Amino acid sequence: MVSIARTPHPREKRIIFKNIDRPGWTNEIECYFRDGGYEELKKAFTMKPEQIVNEVKASGLRGRGGAGFPCGVKWGFIKPGGSKPVYLICNADESEPGTFKDRYIIHQDPHQLLEGMIISCYAVNARLAYIYIRGEFPEGAKILERALAEAKEHGFLGKNILGSGFDLEIYVFRGAGAYICGEETGLIESMEGKRPYPRIKPPYFPAALGLYMCPTIVNNVETLCNVKHIVRIGGAEYAKMGKPNNTGTRLLCVSGDVQKPGYYEFEVGGITIGELINDICGGMKPGRTLKAVIPGGSSAKLMSAKDRYKIKTKQPDGKMVEQEVGLEDIPIDFDTLAAAGSMAGSGGVIVMDDTRDMVWVLNNINEFYAHESCGQCTPCREGSLWMKKITERMLHGGGVEQDTATLKSVADNIAGRTICAFGEACAWPTQSFVAKFRDEFVATAGKKGNTNGSTNH
Amino acid sequence: MKMEIPAELEAKIDEAIAQYPISKRSATLPLLHLIQEHFGYIEDAAIEWVAGKLSIQPINVLEVVTFYPMIRREPAGKHHIRVCRTLSCAMAGSYELLDTFCKHARIDRQHNGQHGAHLLKSEDGKYSIEFVECLASCGFGPVCMINDDFYEAVSQEEVPQLLAKYQ
Repeated sequence: MVSIARTPHPREKRIIFKNIDRPGWTNEIECYFRDGGYEELKKAFTMKPEQIVNEVKASGLRGRGGAGFPCGVKWGFIKPGGSKPVYLICNADESEPGTFKDRYIIHQDPHQLLEGMIISCYAVNARLAYIYIRGEFPEGAKILERALAEAKEHGFLGKNILGSGFDLEIYVFRGAGAYICGEETGLIESMEGKRPYPRIKPPYFPAALGLYMCPTIVNNVETLCNVKHIVRIGGAEYAKMGKPNNTGTRLLCVSGDVQKPGYYEFEVGGITIGELINDICGGMKPGRTLKAVIPGGSSAKLMSAKDRYKIKTKQPDGKMVEQEVGLEDIPIDFDTLAAAGSMAGSGGVIVMDDTRDMVWVLNNINEFYAHESCGQCTPCREGSLWMKKITERMLHGGGVEQDTATLKSVADNIAGRTICAFGEACAWPTQSFVAKFRDEFVATAGKKGNTNGSTNH
Repeated sequence: MKMEIPAELEAKIDEAIAQYPISKRSATLPLLHLIQEHFGYIEDAAIEWVAGKLSIQPINVLEVVTFYPMIRREPAGKHHIRVCRTLSCAMAGSYELLDTFCKHARIDRQHNGQHGAHLLKSEDGKYSIEFVECLASCGFGPVCMINDDFYEAVSQEEVPQLLAKYQ
């Protein structure tokens, strides 16, 4: 276990990660108090819930879990004065390969999350809330339990919080190793004590028919932390960070073939893929060149360093101009990455150099999705397994000429034909790898060798 | 066979159930965690006991048990090792790390670490090992967990000293 230097880079703008790896910082409430902790909660109680919803709308905050849905719009679906109780669930099921940000908030700054969460519950009038934390974070679950007990001791949870008349209980729910529980309706089914088979939307939008068929808000850890800061500085001020429609800061998690992988926080769109790799992460390893990047967790479509991408940039006079740029010149924000054919997703940036065999990489990803498909929809259950079987046998010299076309055809028949977005999540890697590195796939499929499946990973 | 649940465990179980005032069934997975932490795995009697406790059918519990990778139907070794298999860790050498753990823990890797296979265990029952999917520390791979302890950037060289901590 090498020691890993994790001091912030000077170009970072740390808001959510301000306290991560901060010297002298602990995850206890007393430390949080010394830093002005829970002051925003007090401020929130001087505001009306709908004022907070409006501030979040004005902030332009988009969900940090993967889909990038505007948080204020989601909250706006909850109509005040409804007859059913409202629930809020923090999605701490961080499982998208390449993503490792929520772990540090939970471990090192749990009260930031709780403060954001209590404010959010007050804003949408949720009196019962849960933190769904993945089973693989046993220590994180203990830290949250302790933080909740501390918050309760200080009167930030329970009945009539700080004399506001608002009651709230928050509990921790532990998952047990299933990626699909990060999908919000799968998560809700899991919390109801069932298999986490996602629900079909419509009609089961959580804000209308969520936990126990009641209006439910499901937000990512990072998203809820942002709410605290929106209350602190106001929605309009928050919206000045980043770019229009891509506001605030973003936690980026870099892994793979760079010299200094790690987690970083920047204004959204404030850095390009090339700057991230070369200036922040120390560049590629000696003698190696950039081959491809997965910019937003393993579900995001692969981007090749060889290709040119069409993006829209705003000129000083306000006009939008379409430009063709290389991979390294693409700024990391929601809209630009979507325009370039991939997505910002969960902020997990996986970098690959010229030594990587793209069939091997895709096979690893395919094995993940084949294992994690919940099995509810036939195209996904069968297709994810077949994509894995095909790439696996190609690697072992058992490929046939049609494999490249078959892979594409299987993937094309999953996306858009399933109840939840897992269908796209497992199809996009195969579709993009085959499209971007077709020659490699054709060459590997044509190689003959050991066909009985001995593994050389 | 009837399940004997110690009073202390049942108190924790009742506390967990109380966190789901709308539906006791929500406590299914929390109860399975508590029982597995105590007994090491979930046997048939435990499934019936949980069903009785939550006033649901045993099949409702069984379908949950069989879905989640972390819920076991058989005992693990005294120390259970989870090595991350997913992309960033694999790029950093997690397949080699799994092999090295197996070698030093004297675990026969006949099942090749495939998902869904029985747990790979050492003959003396001291260690069991499995590949798991993304443990969410992708920048510092390869990562593994031994019991509830988490280790980042684990080199093959340090496997013997790491195992020595778990006797």
